[in-house]
Amino acid sequence: MSSPVTTIDAGHGDHGHGHDAGGNTVLGFWIYLMSDCLIFAILFATFGVLASSYAGGPTGKELFDLPYVAGETLILLVSSFTFGVAMLNMAARKTESVISWLLATFLLGTGFIWMEVREFTHLIAEHAGPDRSAFLSAYFTLVGTHGLHVTAGLLWLVTMMHQVARYGLDGIVRRRLACLSLFWHFLDLVWICVFTFVYLRGVL
Amino acid sequence: MLGKLTLDAVPWHEPIIMGTGAVVALGGLAVLAALTYFRLWGPLWRDWITSVDHKKIGVMYIVLALVMLLRGFADAIMMRLQQAFAANDAAGFLPPHHYDQIFTAHGVIMIFFVATPLILGLMNVIVPLQIGARDVAFPFVNSLSFWLSAFGAVLVMASMWIGDFAATGWVAYPPLSELGYSPTTGVDYYIWSLQISGLGTTLTGINFIVTILRMRAPGMRLMQMPVFTWTALITNILIVAVFPVLTATLALLTADRYLGMHFFTNELGGNAMMYINLIWVWGHPEVYILILPAFGAFSEIVPTFSGKPLFGYKSMVYATSSIGVLSFFVWLHHFFTMGSGANVNAFFGIMTSIISIPTGVKLFNWLFTMFRGRIRYHTSVLWTVGFMVTFAVGGMTGVLLAVPGADFVLHNSLFLVAHFHNVIIGGVVFGCLAGISFWFPKVFGFTLNEFWGKVSFWCWLVGYWLAFTPLYLLGFKGMTRRMNHYDHADWHPYLIVALIGAVIIGMGILSLLIQFYVSIRDREQNRDLTGDPWDARSLEWGTASPAPFYNFAVLPEISSVEQHWADKESGRNLIQPTRYEDIHMPRNTGTGFIISAFGFVLCFAMVWHMWAIAGVSLLGVIGTFLFRAYDRDVDYWVPAAEVEAIENARYALLKKAA
Amino acid sequence: MSTAHSQPHADDGAHGSLASYTIGFLLSLALTGLSFGAVMSGAVPHAMILPAIVGLAVVQLLVQLVLFLHLGSAPSQRGNSVIFLLTAALIAILVSGSLWVMHNANLNMMPMQMSAEHAMAHE
Repeated sequence: MSSPVTTIDAGHGDHGHGHDAGGNTVLGFWIYLMSDCLIFAILFATFGVLASSYAGGPTGKELFDLPYVAGETLILLVSSFTFGVAMLNMAARKTESVISWLLATFLLGTGFIWMEVREFTHLIAEHAGPDRSAFLSAYFTLVGTHGLHVTAGLLWLVTMMHQVARYGLDGIVRRRLACLSLFWHFLDLVWICVFTFVYLRGVL
Repeated sequence: MLGKLTLDAVPWHEPIIMGTGAVVALGGLAVLAALTYFRLWGPLWRDWITSVDHKKIGVMYIVLALVMLLRGFADAIMMRLQQAFAANDAAGFLPPHHYDQIFTAHGVIMIFFVATPLILGLMNVIVPLQIGARDVAFPFVNSLSFWLSAFGAVLVMASMWIGDFAATGWVAYPPLSELGYSPTTGVDYYIWSLQISGLGTTLTGINFIVTILRMRAPGMRLMQMPVFTWTALITNILIVAVFPVLTATLALLTADRYLGMHFFTNELGGNAMMYINLIWVWGHPEVYILILPAFGAFSEIVPTFSGKPLFGYKSMVYATSSIGVLSFFVWLHHFFTMGSGANVNAFFGIMTSIISIPTGVKLFNWLFTMFRGRIRYHTSVLWTVGFMVTFAVGGMTGVLLAVPGADFVLHNSLFLVAHFHNVIIGGVVFGCLAGISFWFPKVFGFTLNEFWGKVSFWCWLVGYWLAFTPLYLLGFKGMTRRMNHYDHADWHPYLIVALIGAVIIGMGILSLLIQFYVSIRDREQNRDLTGDPWDARSLEWGTASPAPFYNFAVLPEISSVEQHWADKESGRNLIQPTRYEDIHMPRNTGTGFIISAFGFVLCFAMVWHMWAIAGVSLLGVIGTFLFRAYDRDVDYWVPAAEVEAIENARYALLKKAA
Repeated sequence: MSTAHSQPHADDGAHGSLASYTIGFLLSLALTGLSFGAVMSGAVPHAMILPAIVGLAVVQLLVQLVLFLHLGSAPSQRGNSVIFLLTAALIAILVSGSLWVMHNANLNMMPMQMSAEHAMAHE
């Protein structure tokens, strides 16, 4: 295995290992993200169909607090940037900085989730919970599914900070950080669609 | 703690269920006792449950499918018996609620736990061998996928004795499947068993796409992959594209049932038609997920036993791909009658009809491959010819149903039931049974008994036509599906013929089991010493039978679509490499099994609203996964000397056979 | 792992640079601000708001895809880009198809704009 890659097709450079060298994991994770994308597509389509099924209950215009949503958006966007900086530090092999930037991302993500939970409890207290109308069912499910993904991302961030501290930036840890970074940026992409099609369109 | 679960959940007063339960319990005890007596627990755990070898996982998928086939067939024969008896004044032996559960369970089991595992099993066994890989891209995920599917099947079986199963039909349309109309746990069993097995199927899809895209042997271009691998690639793309839709749709139904939401309810703005729309966005590509690998199997069998290369390899690939693309434009033909109007119906009707074109291309390719070939009538060829005749009829009735005007008459009639059994039995089942008889020696090292294989084929073929031709006719007479009882005396004779057909299919299944028994008993006479018992053409026949755990001692260099045939022509297949290298292999792991077991407890607890247990098992899933994430000892090297010893034995056998 | 040595970042995906992340961040910030501004300020004619925010969302998606997720036509990213484009096409088919189907069903099934409650009250 000490000879350099000699095959013509670089995609097969790992044939001596038989499995999971090169970018198999990142490719597989990307395909997983696409399947997740389809789950969100279905939730958006359902929201689109049910967007005006208020059943006599409150409408988006009455419920949504745009400055608050802008705050959530800002936090998530900044967290996307901090994760990017963590990845740059990873490429430069700066273990300590990677952990700090991941921690910054984690805190921002936690802030986002805290704001979302506050928003949801506020709505439920106003009798605008998910059981009030089809519109609110679709709203809570779509936004809540995004929130669940962010929560899973937070859990993953914690274990990755620990893994960076424990193993350093070895191949496995770098590969996993690459996957998590895709996941985290992907959640920001979904959020762009959420604030556009749910919140902004909802108050028109 | 136990949520809604009490002792009353067991249907003590149902003699059929309790009788079956007793038989299953006694059989299970006998198996457990045998495992203990022969001290097989260790080997079972070490060699099978924790195995990440794609060939063993494939075998386990197929065993799961065959076991569930028995259950699904038992449901079928009960339905046929009920309809053969319950004419006019007779009520039959199945009360409506039980009958409704049976037809639901029959559909769910046959699609999710028979057809799907058969397809996934064949892909697991064959794809890595055909592309010259040592394993799949993610062996641990492969094991996890299998066990998630297996525990999904266990959950469906559990519903028989603990509580009940859905009585809604196999796609569980709301509002019937909503809490107000299905207040028992039946629909919850349906939801959670499909979610857990669907997750497994999605992971398999991702796994095989990466495997096929990135782990082909050096030199193998995409257009040099065997057609079975091509169909597997398209099928797995379809899996990754549509199983998330099923997951999301069932999650929305779950939200309605568990959290009081209103996606598909009759109240507060819910829209049941959206569920119907979404479930078929998944449902139609699903049938192509099942049929494409069957097409792939036929495309391997026909050239092998005709002694000719496949006619129109490229057109086969393009036909497969275009079926994959078109499958996303046809879902509405399942609900022409919902009322979307003439324009929408016309669009989806036309798109549906177009699919018959690439399918026809395939049929002609197989026929032209056989034309002027030296055909050997092996059992797998009988299945193939039986498929071509049967499936052509099923395809034509499908095109008939694709005409919206005709569909308004035939919708939900037995004509529809006959149509989809025609394509699924005639296509998927025949294809998988052909594939099993074709590839069996590659996994086990001996060929299957021909006599019992042929008996099985003829029973299935004759049984199919006897069982479903009457259903086509009854559809024209206006008999709708899922009837527990009917008052038309003139339907009765047709249903008796259909029962006879089902019994003959049952004899076909029995012959299949006898075939396995006889073949295993006579395995020494039927050893495959060369690794190539059929004088076949693609790469998987270039390694030993049974294939060694590392598949290929030296990864082959690919220069031809029919690499093994080219090697035989040049004599290269008999030349032993002079030097071997260490081989990198994944270590077996029990974490896939343990995660799935926690997942099973989680789903069971969710069915019965046992929130505490559900929470603990969710932590179990996450904890086991984290344990795996921190386990860095996941692979090992096979020393070159060990490889050489195994290969020396193989080449000695080859010389003896030659 | 000599393969990894000869191509040190083969398993990491592409990285971008601090400049690309900063540009992406500032562009996203500006596009988000424009979207919220278009709705909240009242300066945009009502009929134009929806097309405007949809357009801004699409641009921001592209910005983040290229600058954060590093999609593009570079050889290492081509596979991911193609997979993403296929997914986007599929999503377009599923979402627009579903909306079309359901819109027509709603039109045809409730010709008098009659709600379910209303219809039941008539029985």
